[in-house]
Amino acid sequence: MKKDTTTNSTTSIFIRFATASAAALAMAASLVGCATNETQDTQPPSTTISSASGQTSAAALSGTLNAGGASSQTAAQEAWRADFQNANPQVTVNYDPTGSGTGVTNFINGGYALAGTDTAIASDAAKGPFAACAPTSGLVEVPAYISPIAIGFNLPDIASLKLDPASLAGIFTGAITTWDDPAITAQNPGVTLPSTKITAVHRGDKSGTTANFTDYLAQTGPAAWTFGSVEMWPQSLQGESADKTQGVREVLASTVGAIGYLDASQATAMGIASIKVGSSYVAPSAAGAAATVGASQQESGRGSSDIVIKLDRTSTDPSTYPLVLISYLVACEQYSDTAQGQLVKAYLDYVVSAQGQQAAASNAGSAPTTGDTTLDAKIRAAIASVH
Amino acid sequence: MTDLVSIRRVPLMKAEHRRARAEEATARGVATVAGWTVVVLLAAVTIFLLIQGLPALTAQPEELPLGVSLLRLAPPLLFGSLWSGLLSLGLAAPVAIGVALFTTQYAPKPLARLLGTITDLLAAVPSVVYGLWGLTVLAPLTAPLGAWLATHLGWFPLFAGEASATGRTMLAASVVLAIMIMPIMTSVVREVFTQAPTEPVEAALGLGATKWESIRMAVLPVSRSGIVAGAMLGLGRALGETMAVAMVLSASPLHVTGSLVTSSGPGTIAAFIAQTFPEAHGLELNALIALGLSLFAVTFLVNAVARRIVSRPSKGIS
Repeated sequence: MKKDTTTNSTTSIFIRFATASAAALAMAASLVGCATNETQDTQPPSTTISSASGQTSAAALSGTLNAGGASSQTAAQEAWRADFQNANPQVTVNYDPTGSGTGVTNFINGGYALAGTDTAIASDAAKGPFAACAPTSGLVEVPAYISPIAIGFNLPDIASLKLDPASLAGIFTGAITTWDDPAITAQNPGVTLPSTKITAVHRGDKSGTTANFTDYLAQTGPAAWTFGSVEMWPQSLQGESADKTQGVREVLASTVGAIGYLDASQATAMGIASIKVGSSYVAPSAAGAAATVGASQQESGRGSSDIVIKLDRTSTDPSTYPLVLISYLVACEQYSDTAQGQLVKAYLDYVVSAQGQQAAASNAGSAPTTGDTTLDAKIRAAIASVH
Repeated sequence: MTDLVSIRRVPLMKAEHRRARAEEATARGVATVAGWTVVVLLAAVTIFLLIQGLPALTAQPEELPLGVSLLRLAPPLLFGSLWSGLLSLGLAAPVAIGVALFTTQYAPKPLARLLGTITDLLAAVPSVVYGLWGLTVLAPLTAPLGAWLATHLGWFPLFAGEASATGRTMLAASVVLAIMIMPIMTSVVREVFTQAPTEPVEAALGLGATKWESIRMAVLPVSRSGIVAGAMLGLGRALGETMAVAMVLSASPLHVTGSLVTSSGPGTIAAFIAQTFPEAHGLELNALIALGLSLFAVTFLVNAVARRIVSRPSKGIS
C-alpha cells in the first residue's frame, strides 16, 4: 500500500515536470523568436534602392517569396531582403537558413520558390522536375554570393603567417604538430614561432566551407592531402571539431595555438594566414576571390541558364585568392504561378545588381559578382529568362 | 440507519446524482482518451521511425553520412550517447540525492524552500545557454586539468591519449550534462523523500538512532524506486540532449574511446543528428532517422532494465 502511494506521487511529479519543462521550452523558443525578429527588424538598409528594383514598377509587385537554404548567405540575404522589402512595401521575402541540402530538397518539392546552395545542383537533378516550376521549365542557377575563406589562427603577437598548401595539409592532417615545425618556420623568416602545440579546428557539421577548403587542398597539395574534396570532415583524421562557423570562431578566440578555416567576414580579431599562390603569398580579400572566380571556367554540360563555376584553385596569378566559396541561387525558368515568377525575377535582379552585391559586400564581406564583367553579363542573361 | 439512507437517496437520484454521474462519465472519458493518446503517439513515432529508417539499412555506404554503412556508423555513436549519459548520471545522482536529503531532512524550512526554487530554476535554463556556458567558460577551465590528468595518469584508460588544448572533451560535456539533469532528478527524489512515512523515522529517532541512521533505515529503503525513477528521467534527458553537446563536445563520430580528455572522442547520436540534419538529403535523412530509432530502442531498453530493478521488493522497516 505504501509502495503504491509512492509510485503514484512519483508519476504525478513526472507530469508536473513535463508541463514545467514544456512551458520553459516554449518560453525559451519565443524568446529566441523575439531576438531573431529584432535583429531583422533593426537591420538598417545598407543602401538606398533606386534603379535596381525600380526597373520593375514597384507598385505592381506584391506577395510573398519563400526562399531558404545555404546558411552562408544569411548575412547577405538579410541585407537583400531588408532593401528589397523597403523598396517594395507590398512584398515579403523570407529566407530560412536551413542549409544547402534542405534548401535544394525544399525547392524540388515546391516548398521554396528560390533556394540558396553552396554546392551546385547535380547535373541530373538539374533536369527537374521541380514542383514550383511550370512542367517544361528549365533551371536557373546563378552565383550570387562569393566569399573568401580565411585561415585564422591564435598566436599571441603574430598577426599574419605565410603558409603553403603542403604545410596547411600537414597541419590539418596532424603531420605537423607544433608551430615551430621547420615546414612553417622556413616560410616565415623573421617571425619567432613558439613551440606551442597546434590545435587544428575543423567543422563538425556538414558544410560548404569544409567542401571548399578540402577542395582547395585536393587541388593544390595532392601529395599531402589524400582525402579529396568533402563536405563532411574526413573521419580518419582526428583533431578538434567545432559546430558551425561560430563554433570555430569561438575555439580560435579562446585557444592559443589553434588554427581553423572560416568565412573571411567572421575572421576578425585573430591572426590571418596568407596562402601561397604561385611564388607569392596572398591574404584573403574580396578582390582576390572575385579574380579567382573570373579566372575559372564555367562547368560544361548544363543548361544555358544553369551557370556553375568550376573553381580553378591552381592559378599562379598573385591577384587571385583561391580559397573561395561560391553560393548559388536556384530558381525556375518558368513558374507555374506568373505573379510568383515576376517576384522572383525582380528579387534576383536586385540581388545581382551592383547595389545588391554592394549591400552584401558591406554586410557580409563578400566579393561582388559584378567584379567580373563576363560573369556578370552571363548572370544577368540567365535571370532575364525567369518568368 | 436504513431509513436515513433511503431518505437521502431520493433527492440525490433526482438531480444531484444525475449530474454526478454525468461528471463521472466525462472525467472517465477524458482520462481514457488522454491515456490512449499516449499509446497512439508512441506507436505513431515508432512506425514513422521504422518506415523512414529502414531504407538506410540496405543503402550503399556512399549514399550515407560519412560514407560508411549504418552498422559502422551507429555503434560508435550509441556508445558515445550511453557513455556521456552514464558519466553525467554518475556525477549528478549523488549531488541530486544529497540536495534532496538536505532540503527534506536537514535544512530549516525557509532555506529548504529557497533551495527548491533554485533547483527548479536551473531546470528552466534553456540547453543552448548551458552549451554557451560550457563552450566559453567550463571547457577552457577543464583544459589544464585534462592536460595534467593525461600527463600523470595517462596509463589509466579514462585519461589516455593526447589531452585537448581547448577542453572541449567528454569530461566537459558530461559535467554540463550533469548540471542539466541534476534539477529534475533532485525534484523527483525530493518529492519521494517527502512522501516517506514519518512514523518509522520518528520510531527510529525515539529508539535513539541518529538522524542519518533514521534516514538510512526508514527513508532510503522506501524511496529506492523513486530514486531510480528520477535517475532514469535524468538519463533520458542526457541521452536526448542535442544543442549543449553539439556546442561543447569536439567529436570524431566514428571513433570509440572511453578517454575523457582527448578532442577525438565519440560523438552522441542526438548531437550528430542535429549537426548533420540541415545539410542532409535523400538517404542520408533516412540514415539519421534510423540512428534516432536506435537511440529510441536503447532508451527503451534502459528504462525496462531500470523498471526491473525497481520492481524487486524493497527492504526496510515499513
